Amino acid sequence: MKKKLFITLSLLLAVFVLSACAGSQFECEDEIGCVTYGPDEPIRIASAMVISGPNAELGLDSQHGVEVAVEFRGQIAGHDIEIQFEDEQCNSEGGQAAGQKIVSDPTILGIIGPSCSGAGVPMSQVVSQAGYVMISSSNTAPALTDPDAAWNPGYLRSCHNDKVQGKAMAEFAFNELGVTTAAAIHDGDPYTEGLARVFADEFEALGGTIVEFTAVNKGDTDMRPVLSAIAAAGPPELMYYPVFTAEGGFITKQAKEVTGLEDTILAAADGMISDAAKAAVGEAGEGMYFSGPDLSFSGELYEKFLDKYNELFGAPKSVFHAHAFDGTNMLLDCVEANLVEEKDGTIHVGRQALRTCLYATENFEGVTGTLTCNEYGDCADPKISVSQLIDGEYEAIWP
Amino acid sequence: MFNKSIDIRDVIINGLLAGLISLSLSVIGLIALLSEREIISGLFTTGHIFLVGAPFAMAYVTAGKVLSEEKSKALGYGLLIGVVASVFIVVLTTLATFFDIRRFLVNVTPVLIEFLTFGKSLLIGNILIVVMMGVIGLVGAGLRILPEQFKHPLTSGLGWTIILGMFSEILASRIRAFFGRGVHKLIFTGKAFNVVSATILLVLIVGFTYWNDLRKKDQPEKEEVNDQTDGTKKRLQRIKMGVFGVLLLIAPLLLGTYLTEVTNNVGLYILMGLGLNIVVGFAGLLDLGYVGFFAVGAYVMGVLTSEGALGLGFTFWTALPVAVLASTLAGVILGIPVLGMRGDYLAIVTMGFGEIIRILALSDLLKPYIGGAQGVLQIPKPELFGLTLLHPRHIYYIILVGVLIAVYVSWRLRDSRLGRQWMALREDEDVAEAMGINLVSTKLLAFGIGAFFGGLSGAIFASKLSSIFPHSFNLVVSINVLSLIIVGGLGSLPGVIVGALILVGLPELLREFAEHRMLMYGILLIVMMLSKPEGFIPSKVLQRELHAHEEPEPVSSD
Amino acid sequence: MLQRFQNISFLDIALWALAAIIITVVIWGTIATIIDNPYNPQFWAETIVFGISQGSLYALIAIGYTLVYGVLFMINFAHGEFFMTGIITATIFLAQPMKETGFLDNYPIISLLAIAAVSILVSMAIALLTERVAYRPLRKAPRLVPLITAIGASFFWQYFFRGLYGSEVKPFPPFEILKGKFTIAGVPILKTHAVVIVSAVIMLIGLYLFVMKTKVGKSIRAVAENKDVAALMGINVDRAITITFAMGSAMAGIAGVLYALVFRQTHFFMGFIPGIKAFTAAVLGGIGSVPGAALGGFLLGMFESIGPALFLEGLGIPAPHQLKDVIAFTMLVLVLILRPQGILGERLAEEKA
Repeated sequence: MKKKLFITLSLLLAVFVLSACAGSQFECEDEIGCVTYGPDEPIRIASAMVISGPNAELGLDSQHGVEVAVEFRGQIAGHDIEIQFEDEQCNSEGGQAAGQKIVSDPTILGIIGPSCSGAGVPMSQVVSQAGYVMISSSNTAPALTDPDAAWNPGYLRSCHNDKVQGKAMAEFAFNELGVTTAAAIHDGDPYTEGLARVFADEFEALGGTIVEFTAVNKGDTDMRPVLSAIAAAGPPELMYYPVFTAEGGFITKQAKEVTGLEDTILAAADGMISDAAKAAVGEAGEGMYFSGPDLSFSGELYEKFLDKYNELFGAPKSVFHAHAFDGTNMLLDCVEANLVEEKDGTIHVGRQALRTCLYATENFEGVTGTLTCNEYGDCADPKISVSQLIDGEYEAIWP
Repeated sequence: MFNKSIDIRDVIINGLLAGLISLSLSVIGLIALLSEREIISGLFTTGHIFLVGAPFAMAYVTAGKVLSEEKSKALGYGLLIGVVASVFIVVLTTLATFFDIRRFLVNVTPVLIEFLTFGKSLLIGNILIVVMMGVIGLVGAGLRILPEQFKHPLTSGLGWTIILGMFSEILASRIRAFFGRGVHKLIFTGKAFNVVSATILLVLIVGFTYWNDLRKKDQPEKEEVNDQTDGTKKRLQRIKMGVFGVLLLIAPLLLGTYLTEVTNNVGLYILMGLGLNIVVGFAGLLDLGYVGFFAVGAYVMGVLTSEGALGLGFTFWTALPVAVLASTLAGVILGIPVLGMRGDYLAIVTMGFGEIIRILALSDLLKPYIGGAQGVLQIPKPELFGLTLLHPRHIYYIILVGVLIAVYVSWRLRDSRLGRQWMALREDEDVAEAMGINLVSTKLLAFGIGAFFGGLSGAIFASKLSSIFPHSFNLVVSINVLSLIIVGGLGSLPGVIVGALILVGLPELLREFAEHRMLMYGILLIVMMLSKPEGFIPSKVLQRELHAHEEPEPVSSD
Repeated sequence: MLQRFQNISFLDIALWALAAIIITVVIWGTIATIIDNPYNPQFWAETIVFGISQGSLYALIAIGYTLVYGVLFMINFAHGEFFMTGIITATIFLAQPMKETGFLDNYPIISLLAIAAVSILVSMAIALLTERVAYRPLRKAPRLVPLITAIGASFFWQYFFRGLYGSEVKPFPPFEILKGKFTIAGVPILKTHAVVIVSAVIMLIGLYLFVMKTKVGKSIRAVAENKDVAALMGINVDRAITITFAMGSAMAGIAGVLYALVFRQTHFFMGFIPGIKAFTAAVLGGIGSVPGAALGGFLLGMFESIGPALFLEGLGIPAPHQLKDVIAFTMLVLVLILRPQGILGERLAEEKA
């Protein structure tokens, strides 16, 4: 036993000394620096989504999207790809801590995430300052890619900006459905508040009337007082509440029971395009509209993606996986395009090169459409579609 | 209880309990999650530890209840516990193979079943798990009946190796930072120890503990000699303090970015803990809305300094006094309506204040002034002599200074006239008043000073994060701060620091538990309180009081 | 209580001034709303019904807080989780499969009873387990210690059940027989609301009678009065405490079923906020008092439901419903300033709190 141990130890030592002596011919010329992986070391990226707390469902779905993308890619230049999973907890402290943890690991190339815009603001700062790059798959807050607000040079997103979605819904409501009065409800989440506000502004700009712009709280269950107040104020022809499953389920079911709102058209956003949301709204959600990224992809890639997803994690629970999948592929494509390989299999990737490559992404064919990044990292193909819940299935009906 | 012999029925019940725990951890998905995290590369994972932890501990405890001469009986009981415990796992894997129980229990995934059957067929897997659990029970019982001089080194060796293994990710990154990639590779495979380094670690720890135990046995006489020279002792104390001080100063260099960030978060909680400790620990006023003052500090800092549309153009240093004063004022103002309330009435009303502040920050009503749901963005980092304090290690020093001030102030206050008045107040309000203590000013001072540190923490928090959102100020923060001062030991200053390290630092490092982190936090709170009801480092005064009150009606001592 | 500060008139003035300000704002807002009159009488009638229905849930949960507080003087922070565990389990294992097989619609009464039974049993089991493991060993510890284990238990159960059943919202199937509305005196009332209000009132009265009239109830009251003397009188203190927990959690289990009937979805996080609200209700009514908890629950439900429209709408505040908790807590402060022991709390505030 002792002998064996001794031999192993000395062998290991020898390997170590030899590998140290071998030296490297590569010299990094990147402005920010390079990441080097030895011949048998995996390429590492990080996923930082909300995977605890009430919103965990969305974050886990995105995380699975990253995992499927990595699974598909297999290897890059003979190196495995490893994902480091972090939890951004859907708040700014969580985002900052996860960001700091990732940037303290010099072997991580890039980050997919975070899920929540609140976590995105500080994380974007931390990550950018450290020279890393991140692609968020569900941060839709306009501020994040607004150079006058919270934009940082390492930040990109593969999902749409709230501005696009809110506007699309307003146009659909006013032009397609022909409604002229509407109400908007948010739940105090930066995402829902931003979206509801953009919708309200755009709807009024089109010539419609917002009879009530109001809010509920996260965790509220009894929405009837709010809904009654809306009914008394209008009642509006359409009610837009871009909230998440729990509160959205309550609003949908209770709206049908409030006098005055029986005929009001209900509309929500992508936070409620999921199996859980479908189940939560039940019969009350029949005929309801949902704005969201156009996910009517029937492409071969998406089929393949879904098969793999099903195999690994069961049926997807929301739609956020698609953006994460595209984001991961963008990142890995740029890694592939920018790596320098040595004879022994060691590879180097320049961090600035990676950033430049990502910002220059053009006509990237992804599941969510054709992605082209602008100078502030807005990459999504801004195709917003509206779908309707018909016989318990989401069906895209517009545009 | 320890001498009471234990019969076979108790053993089986213990085995069932252990099995139930293993089963629970499996069906909630914890085991499957941790099964991807290796402790010793290629050998076993954190998942294994959690799977066999309960039977192991149960066998260890049960063996201790057997008379010491009946060694084979103890071993037999251990084996029995392991085997009985494994029954649950066998039932689970069998059920999962034949029925779709995942419909109800979402975390009974194929991954879990594969892990529990060691990737083999159901039959072989089940035999293996029974054998493994049995062996674990045997080992647990065997460890218990070892003679003391071997038991202690072995248990601490195993314990530390596993603990270090669980934190090996952080350890690995530090080792890489200091000694380079080569040494890192020598010790770790991926993130986990390799077999050789783990064995060396185990042997080292066992050896050291053994040696240390022997040394301690010879020691007692020597220490008395030391006691005689009071001067040496003092000097030793001073050296210790000096080393500690230097360590505090260079900590960010040793810790690296991420651990410094964790330390900063712990530091902010220590600041809040010290503040709340004055209110709850010293003055005995149960405050569940402490986060409100943290929020006031953060928002005042945010709005005054933000470079966005909301901002008023202050710098960090000019805004800091304003923020802290504002929260102190808030503490005093919110203290007035609750002056006449006690105990749980006080708790619920202060909780209400905390929630009111959060909801107002979130509301559309105040959105034009403080950002509502969209929060306050673009809060600049502090600047000092033209240097922008960007990095966590810079913020570290600001927090360190804050904490040192708070510790000093708390310490001086505790022994001051005011501190004694608070203590009297805590013991008995009516008597305190009869003694001529002005309840109004005493209470308001407690609330005010407590809020002062909360506000300071909040102000630094805002600048550190550079953006604040109302969601950061929910009730859970108040609960965490209260928990940490009680876990640390109510009224005790070192207790606050230890409490924060345990309840804020440890969960931060346990990010691997991912979605199960709050579960572990809950278990941690319960276990800590059950094993140390007086807190980790109890305050001497409170401890004395506690034991004086050892009558069965302790609840009325408020 | 205020006499305690006789010598300091400043404080009296400050408190009365604060109360006066709150009352003024409330009255001003109310008058402004009434003058502005954006709503018809039916709105107010419906809103009051919503409030009573919500309030009955709070009342049922608050009973558990108050009972436990009565015997142990501890805030059982995990009580909201007892409410969640029962109904979420019944939803997963009974309600959803029964809906799929059609049993639920064919035999609605049997189904409802089965769901209620499972919900109550699970809530009780979880409560008794929590009491045994996390509270009983700490009977003699300082009073803040069980508060912390209760907080720990709350987190534990939340995330344990999340692990068991997953993080998604679990829909609770609607009962065909409970669809639609009655109209009583021109006010349309949802059938589910009627069921909730009626069952809650029956439960509350039943519990009150149990505590006041039966022998077991007497033993609970005796333990609440003084544990030592109760033990000397031959009362098994541990048993009385166990029964108290069982009663409180049974109420929470029933509240869970009623919640599911009205809101038709369950979630692992659903217990936390109602738990806090119920705690508030218990304090509002006077903690330790059973009728107080019921009254506090109903009042809190009402404040939340009509408060925003009545007090804030007239003041032109945007999104008033966002601020309903502000109203609830302000009312709590107002009540406690005027009556520091809570509305129906008698001696507890003076002697034991």
